[in-house]
Amino acid sequence: MVSHEHAVSCQNVTVRFVTEERAVTALDDVSFTVPAGGFLTLLGPSGCGKSTLLRVVADLITPGSGTVEVLGKTAAQARMDRSLGFVFQDAALLPWRTALENVALPLEVGGGLKPSSRFTSPRDLLALVGLSGWEQSYPHQLSGGMRQRVAIARALLGGPRLLLMDEPFGALDEMTRDRLNEELRRIWAETGTSILFVTHSVYEAAYLGEQVLVLSPNPGRVVRQVTIDLPRERSLALRDTPHFVEIAAELRAMLGKVTP
Amino acid sequence: MNHSPAHASQTGLSADEVAFAQARQKARLRRRIMPVLGVASVLLLWAALVYWLKVPPFIAPSPQMVAVTLWDKSGLLWTNLVPTMIESVAGFLLGNLAAIVIATVFVHKKTLEEAFFPVVVVINTIPVVAKAPILVLLLGNGMEPKIAIAALICFFPTLVNMVRGLESVNPQAMELMRVLSASKREVFFKLRLPHSLPYLFSALKIAASTAVIGAIVGEWIGSTLGIGALIIQATYAFDSALLYATVIVGSCFSMSFFLLISLIERLALRQTSQQNS
Repeated sequence: MVSHEHAVSCQNVTVRFVTEERAVTALDDVSFTVPAGGFLTLLGPSGCGKSTLLRVVADLITPGSGTVEVLGKTAAQARMDRSLGFVFQDAALLPWRTALENVALPLEVGGGLKPSSRFTSPRDLLALVGLSGWEQSYPHQLSGGMRQRVAIARALLGGPRLLLMDEPFGALDEMTRDRLNEELRRIWAETGTSILFVTHSVYEAAYLGEQVLVLSPNPGRVVRQVTIDLPRERSLALRDTPHFVEIAAELRAMLGKVTP
Repeated sequence: MNHSPAHASQTGLSADEVAFAQARQKARLRRRIMPVLGVASVLLLWAALVYWLKVPPFIAPSPQMVAVTLWDKSGLLWTNLVPTMIESVAGFLLGNLAAIVIATVFVHKKTLEEAFFPVVVVINTIPVVAKAPILVLLLGNGMEPKIAIAALICFFPTLVNMVRGLESVNPQAMELMRVLSASKREVFFKLRLPHSLPYLFSALKIAASTAVIGAIVGEWIGSTLGIGALIIQATYAFDSALLYATVIVGSCFSMSFFLLISLIERLALRQTSQQNS
């Protein structure tokens, strides 16, 4: 396996959408990198194009200009090699499939997994996200938090080297969100997968990320890429320390300047 | 209705639980009895009106007369029900199959949908009674025109619902399929088709009753056999008892057809009865 310096490297990415009324610049000259094995959170108000940026990396949107390199390949190659996992805002589970069958979906489409893949057992992945015993439950029988856990397990199937997460905990209550944040740090540490995580919560961005990419809206531009100076082992209690509060305040100040 | 706590504790149930169980049983019994009482009272009113107003039998029969006719002429009714059954079931299968196939094509070839969906809408606006003679001229006097009418009448609601069902999949699930590099075929069978089933079945339930209407209307025009033909014959013969009996047989068939489709729906969608995420 070739190791790459960067999991993601975007240079001068610009995306324009043409709607019926007008042309909108969603991303304007955006450049950033995610180090291999890193955890970068994208932070910004709505309309800053952070979901668009995630979709550019996933090859769901082709940028108008700029280059995107994912794991040393083009975004399209990385997608077709099954190097990407994507977790959506709503869990996007198929309601007619059990939790286990939902996790197993990547085995059944797009040619299945490569023989060299890690994480090939849907059952083990459900255990990894803490859902042992819920294999045969249907999505409507699970809580919102559990559904997102299933979606994370599905995204991890095949051991992708980059996990893209689009505000996956945005619709959950705060307690559930906190617990899943803690678990995501654990899953990141256990799997060694690079993660690119979109959020509009300052706390979530600072707590989860090794680095935070702050974006400004209309059009989406990079304000700064900040390295979060926190230990690798993070408990939720960390968020009450003066140091964390300071970091959060700093991030908020950056957002304050860009939000009208 | 007073259960002392001492008595209740003997059965291991609290007084509240006993009261609740009884109330629930009562409610269930009530739900069964009420519709029966409703039907019985309408029949009674009908019988009373015919008796008191001395309605002549060629205008309207009494319920007893209809019952006797149902029994006496069961052979005749059955002989006429069979062709109607064949026509409506064949039309149902044909019309729905065509609708499902065309919906699948529309979803994959947007251009075709844009060009031909309006044509389908226009054909659908022509009333069945107007379409029937055209089809009789085209297809002759046998079962074919009736099957064609039944098929046409099923076709439209199923097409519309099926297109909607196939297209209204969660956009994020579509993105997921793309991230997984799923082929069009896989997207169809793993995502679109299962997603469309609730839509399809709600259309099939409508189609089950309209297919019978289509077959009967078809039989009104130049036919000697079938529920529709018997309705016309009984009307012209002022045999009101036979007319009513025929109508009852027809609607019983239509109802069973509907129930059969509902049963299949329940079996097919058993696991996803609450799928609305």
